[in-house]
Amino acid sequence: MTDRVPVLKIGDILLVSIQVDLEDQMVMDLQDDLSNRIVDTNAKGVIIDISALEIVDSFVGRMLATNASISRVLGAETIVVGMRPAVAMTLVELGLSLQGVRTALNLERGLKLLRRLSAGRA
Amino acid sequence: MTTDSKMPVLVETLTAQRDAFLAQWTQAVGEDLQGRLSLAELGRELGELYDSILRGLNAADFDSRGEHFAETRSLLIELSRSRARQGFTPTETARSVFSLKEVLEPSLAADGKGAQQYLQFARLLDDLGLLTTEAYVRTREEIISSQAEQLLELSTPVVKLWDGVVGVPLVGTLDSARTQVVMEKLLQTLVDTDSTHAIIDITGVPTVDTQVAQHLLKTVVAARMMGAQCTISGIRPQIAQTIVALGIEFGDIPTNASLSDALRQALKEVAQDAADDARGLL
Repeated sequence: MTDRVPVLKIGDILLVSIQVDLEDQMVMDLQDDLSNRIVDTNAKGVIIDISALEIVDSFVGRMLATNASISRVLGAETIVVGMRPAVAMTLVELGLSLQGVRTALNLERGLKLLRRLSAGRA
Repeated sequence: MTTDSKMPVLVETLTAQRDAFLAQWTQAVGEDLQGRLSLAELGRELGELYDSILRGLNAADFDSRGEHFAETRSLLIELSRSRARQGFTPTETARSVFSLKEVLEPSLAADGKGAQQYLQFARLLDDLGLLTTEAYVRTREEIISSQAEQLLELSTPVVKLWDGVVGVPLVGTLDSARTQVVMEKLLQTLVDTDSTHAIIDITGVPTVDTQVAQHLLKTVVAARMMGAQCTISGIRPQIAQTIVALGIEFGDIPTNASLSDALRQALKEVAQDAADDARGLL
């Protein structure tokens, strides 16, 4: 039994706060959970908070991109927030630019961005 | 002075004529350095050196790496360091040691026994001379590396231009080491100042080739992943032509001719976001 990453619902937004280093199985579970929750709750936005992650490998990087694509297909906009400088530099060095994933500096700015997006701005 | 040295002639001569030799030595070195160092200072330095060599010789030893010459070595290293800092050439530094040979030659090389000991002493001085050159080079390298570090620090400031807008005025060529420093500083500043816009100004970058463009792109992408808008400004006409000629694609990264244009655009966006907030979108 591996840990699962909690998916929290706040209004029409789902918040995924990743607090521990992800194992491969957790990543797969998260993908399942998230897509199910989006459909169940009819969420319009997803925020993935990775401010606690100190290490992001290419697998996790791809997971972020995949999740963003999945949610978009399901009609929800994904925003990755709180990426640490060191993590951003690692991803760049790995050649991952997270194309198509929206990002924000922190949770607060992420929420603002979602509001703005749903209002048809930005 | 009683001595159990294997070199009685040499040591006796050096001891007996200390003041005369020292004066000549100081004179010779002083001429070499062309008055860039006062004779009094030089005399003091060389006097210490002379005495320490004499003590080493008294201990019956010609091995410059031996323990009896430890004091001489440290004196020489100190001397080379100060010479290197003051901008003397390595030749001038090494000649400070070698000229002692010329001073001693007339008194020692005359008779057979003296000549033999003189040669051995000359070898010792050669070793010591090489030591000064080595110490000189090492000091220079230290100076160079510390300057390179300072340059790296100096040339990569990240400044807050406005609330939510930071600027990076790049000066000089971008290599991977500098890109790393710039990126680190920029990203950390974005977090610290809670900024949403970053402007990289490349007015001070002399040339932009594919490598430099690659480094710029990396920095922009990293800033974007942190959730900031990143603009490149200060592209001179020459650079714009080069960029197009080389087929470098900046993709959807906004670029501007001048920092003021980029700043205006960023401020407009910041103001718009603030207006949205005020109208209660959040």
